[in-house]
Amino acid sequence: MSARILVVAEHDGSKLNVSTAKAVTCATRVPGGTVDVVVLAADASAVAAQAAAIAGVGKVLVVENPANQEPLAAVYAPQVAKLAAGYSHVFGPSTTFGKDVMPRVAALLGVSQVSDIMDVEGTHTFKRPIYAGNAILTVEVPTDAPVVATVRIASFEAAPEGGSAPIEKADAGVALPSHTRFIERSGATTGRPDLQSATRVVSGGRALGSADNFKIIYALADKLGAAVGASRAAVDAGYVPNDLQVGQTGKIIAPELYFAIGISGAIQHMTGIKDARTIVAINKDAEAPIFESADIGLVGDLFQILPELEKALG
Amino acid sequence: MRRIMVGVKRVVDYNVRIRVKPDNTGVITDGVKMSINPFDEIALEEALRTKEKGLADEVLAVSIGPADTQQQLRTALAMGADRAILVQTDANLPPLSVAKVLQKIAEAEQPFMVLLGKQAIDEDNGQTAQMLAALLDRPQAVSCSKLEVTDGKARVTREVDTGLETLEIDLPAVLSVDLRLNEPRYVKLPDIMKAKKKPLDVKALGDFGVAEGSTFKTVKVEPPPARSKGIMVKDVAELVGALKQKGLV
Repeated sequence: MSARILVVAEHDGSKLNVSTAKAVTCATRVPGGTVDVVVLAADASAVAAQAAAIAGVGKVLVVENPANQEPLAAVYAPQVAKLAAGYSHVFGPSTTFGKDVMPRVAALLGVSQVSDIMDVEGTHTFKRPIYAGNAILTVEVPTDAPVVATVRIASFEAAPEGGSAPIEKADAGVALPSHTRFIERSGATTGRPDLQSATRVVSGGRALGSADNFKIIYALADKLGAAVGASRAAVDAGYVPNDLQVGQTGKIIAPELYFAIGISGAIQHMTGIKDARTIVAINKDAEAPIFESADIGLVGDLFQILPELEKALG
Repeated sequence: MRRIMVGVKRVVDYNVRIRVKPDNTGVITDGVKMSINPFDEIALEEALRTKEKGLADEVLAVSIGPADTQQQLRTALAMGADRAILVQTDANLPPLSVAKVLQKIAEAEQPFMVLLGKQAIDEDNGQTAQMLAALLDRPQAVSCSKLEVTDGKARVTREVDTGLETLEIDLPAVLSVDLRLNEPRYVKLPDIMKAKKKPLDVKALGDFGVAEGSTFKTVKVEPPPARSKGIMVKDVAELVGALKQKGLV
């Protein structure tokens, strides 16, 4: 049986989220598979064109409906479940979008979901982290039922552009509920790179001591063109907003370069940066566990080191 | 009766350092401290606060697990839950089976709100709330960091990758809670004594028409690849040098 994989696109109405191209990469690793992308939107024209340009995509299905303006799981899931007919696999990114929608799709299709695929071993065999990444499970799922999965986006590179897949209108033809209503979204529009997809990230911890002191983290980040992150301790102390938290209960990221500044390196934080290419740790405590996992460590006072570093970087 | 149902999973305590079994069949849980899944504790706390505000009459704690799970349900009762149900099984049920059991209980108990943790910290599936909402054909709100219950509706703020999202959902609904919704209360000794008298019903999994076990097969469980220890530099100049050498700046 050859695999037919449907990837559910994540987007904001005008721009395709890079998580989609990463989920496509995961899908292309399924042996003998063909990969289609489905875009649900009020007006899908811009996003569908971006999806069609991803290399390896066979076709893009477009479901346009005013009800699809916001990505409400209760509205999206029945449509995805309907369109899943004829597909052997349905993948979504393991972002807050995919984590919301995909398990609802799985339940409608009568299967449990494979959460956070980090590696594909076969058409029905996958690796995924359990216990906050402290163990890796290889799981084999039945071949006689659809496979619904989320893809751990830190584990896959984005599929490159260069495709020119045909775009087809689709009609899910299902009744949609009105019991869930979008009110508002508030968030960081900082002009800085997005933490989840940035290639460089500078994170600060409790040692920063105050929200005001965090400005030296922002200054270094701006010098490097990096996104800003934080440890859970720094978030809990109110130095920075929640959406900057890196770690098991925050964002799991995989930048090329990660600066952990004044962060001790609790397991819960390290889980979020396991796949970072190079970790630089700056901490005044030479015994901090962060130095066990850092590629480059520097012991010292961050308030002295950071301005120096900023200067040295020109 | 305005009832809130809360899911309580027995998991390896979050402070325990996880070790993989030498035969790669799972992680070591023998002799390891077990606790209520921390996210479920937050769900329970929110249910109790909702009741304390006069917006609910009863908090029902539900768990699925081995006989020892009674310990976690007693803790839930000591925190303030009014009664508890244990669906007893030694099988490790997959999320869809858990959701099906919870569906049956919800249909019998008719809660106006089901509160669950956003994920259990053992298998990190993060599926049960969404699946239960789908099976009940009701609204879901995942990763809630703020909850306001008004007449027949709830206004919920969810933590999403881009910040915060606010939804209005009709009740009944299924909600999963995130870390920052509240800080769970500590249990006091008199409450532990009182909890011993609260009702805890034990039911058999067979009563729910849900199969034991899973169609998902564990091939193996391995420790994650270790990161190799890096280098220490003595000052900023060396740090910049090392970064340049790696072509990172």
